[in-house]
Amino acid sequence: MSLADGRTRDLRLAGLHKQYPNGFAAVQSLDLEIPQGSFFALLGPSGCGKTTTLRMVAGLEVPTAGTIHIGDQDITHEKPYKRPVNTVFQNYALFPHLTIAENVEFGPRRRGEKDVSAQAKEILELTELTEQASKKPAQLSGGQQQRVALARALINRPEVLLLDEPLGALDLKLRRAMQIELKRIQEEVGLTFVHVTHDQEEAMTMADTVAVMNLGVIEQMGTPYELYTNPRTTFVANFLGRSNLIKGTVLGREGSGADAVVKVDMHGTVVTISAARVHTESSEGWVGIRPEKVLIQPEGTPIDAPGDHFSGAVVTGSSYIGVSTEYELLMPWGQEITCFEQNTGRRGGLVPVGTRVDVSWRPEFAFLLDSSQDAEAGIQET
Amino acid sequence: MAALQRALGRNSAYLLVGPAALWLGIFFVIPMISLLTTSLSDPAGSPIYGYSMTWRFENYVDVVADYWPYLVRSFVYAGIATVLCLILGYTLAYAIAFKAGRFKTLMLVLVVAPFFTSFLVRTLSWKLILADNGWLVETLKTLHLMPEDGRLLATPIAVVAGLTYNFLPFMILPLYASLEKIDPKLNEAAADLYANPFKRFWNVVWPLSLPGVVGGTLLTFIPASGDYINASLLGNPNTQMVGNRIQSLFTTGSDYPHAAALSVILMVLIVVMVMVYVRRAGTEDLL
Ligand SMILES: Nc1ncnc2c1ncn2[C@@H]1O[C@H](COP(=O)(O)OP(=O)(O)O)[C@@H](O)[C@H]1O
Ligand SMILES: [Mg+2]
Repeated sequence: MSLADGRTRDLRLAGLHKQYPNGFAAVQSLDLEIPQGSFFALLGPSGCGKTTTLRMVAGLEVPTAGTIHIGDQDITHEKPYKRPVNTVFQNYALFPHLTIAENVEFGPRRRGEKDVSAQAKEILELTELTEQASKKPAQLSGGQQQRVALARALINRPEVLLLDEPLGALDLKLRRAMQIELKRIQEEVGLTFVHVTHDQEEAMTMADTVAVMNLGVIEQMGTPYELYTNPRTTFVANFLGRSNLIKGTVLGREGSGADAVVKVDMHGTVVTISAARVHTESSEGWVGIRPEKVLIQPEGTPIDAPGDHFSGAVVTGSSYIGVSTEYELLMPWGQEITCFEQNTGRRGGLVPVGTRVDVSWRPEFAFLLDSSQDAEAGIQET
Repeated sequence: MAALQRALGRNSAYLLVGPAALWLGIFFVIPMISLLTTSLSDPAGSPIYGYSMTWRFENYVDVVADYWPYLVRSFVYAGIATVLCLILGYTLAYAIAFKAGRFKTLMLVLVVAPFFTSFLVRTLSWKLILADNGWLVETLKTLHLMPEDGRLLATPIAVVAGLTYNFLPFMILPLYASLEKIDPKLNEAAADLYANPFKRFWNVVWPLSLPGVVGGTLLTFIPASGDYINASLLGNPNTQMVGNRIQSLFTTGSDYPHAAALSVILMVLIVVMVMVYVRRAGTEDLL
């Protein structure tokens, strides 16, 4: 798909900026390109500007600067009711005085379409709401109301469907079920979905592409795999899953091309990091390693993994989760790091607190981030 | 223990309803019975020596034959005033609910402010404003918006204007109450679903404000139909409403049975109209 063939209807946000009348800049020079037909997630903590971004795309908020295009059609200043965009609102905003069927038919009727009832019937079937058609929104459960909001938007077959934390009000079990449901519907209808969420697991399991947003800017964008394995900022490293970030001094670069590595001195141990995962120019950096990539072995027993080794760590805490165990390790330089170990049964029990252990990880899993960034950025309180 | 609580619970319901029931019994049911018996009494009596109740249904025939034009005029004036109140009141209530921002409370206070002075005094001051040599008429004449021999006071326009003015707050407050409850998100959802501003109003705001519309029109129309102050202070003998007739039958005429019969007819007509109206508006369940 390219712009040249004139058919692509990708959603493009360029230099989008929103300053509220009170002076607060909620979105700052945002650039995004969302391919037609993709399931795109906008992920970020509460208050980072996700809703503001969606509202600008829907036309409910006027950008202070920047443009919004669908294909080569500029919709930046188009009236909301003239845009080929529909929204599933955060709290659904169903019309309380209309039945479910009337709610769903609202869009097509305003556009003066024909055989609206047939369309509604079809979409109510798709969203499993046929039985509720003549009820009022107040008579429905949260999950059903959520599906009405979805059906009401989908029936219009918008070029872009915006979903603002559509599952946020549902309990965990229903949320998981609806995630699968949403994904199925998106695949069935083939529309562009822009799904806003603050739940990283939701974003990663549902979306083809995830954009991580923080304080009004996009920190990084890519497939869930890219984002998780090769985060560019401490915020992404901490917000998507967890990371151990350890201070290191860059010694130099070795090799070239795909094999290029950067050597980093980490508290006396030299570790190697693939150049593709180095995201700093300075002489210092945060060496990042995911907890499940960290291997431990009680001192004196051979560690069966090649990689970067450290000795002299002590287990200071462990929590047994069943499928895995989370260990807290005190490293010789006084920093605590986390290790997730699969409970394969290989060890025949847990490593007791107080045990001295050797620690290792494979160099290809580590990444190097800019030391000027806050190592605590993006950590979610639980 | 539970049984005691249940018994107390039942009794507390009676205790709570009691005062209101007593009040209604004394000030509504008894006067109502008195009104009905008076309306069927022989007008040959007098307010001092009393009337004898003779099931004289002719009283009703008499008042309808004599006063039907006043009934018609009352409902026409009250109807026009109600429509004017609805137009003015809806715009203002809408503005207060959605556009006033931090001036919301101030504007509501201003709507209620006239109640701090008496209804009578306010209507009298309209008499000054509309007077033949008052500034308003003078200005209109200077601007040639009114013929040299034209007047405002003592015209139907003055009566309807007075009714509109006096009952406007009773329209605004219920309208404001139901408009204010409408979630602004619904308006956004409608905009997102291809409704232009006109369609948004017609399909979302208006239907959701219907309880206020029905409440406001009833609170305006009912008292306006029975009003006589506006007609007597701002009108002329040809603009008298049924309220003026009832009042003069009771006072100058001392004809209680006919006055009572006319009151009952007015009341019945209003009740019937309200019932038809509420049913037509389809808002029985909203009331
Ligand atoms: N109308 C507004 N006026 C001023 N500030 C606002 C307004 N709406 C949102 N904000 C602020 O903008 C920031 C981003 O809000 P929002 O886009 O709703 O975030 P999110 O959806 O990611 O939680 C928040 O700090 C919020 O307080
Ligand atoms: Mg939000």
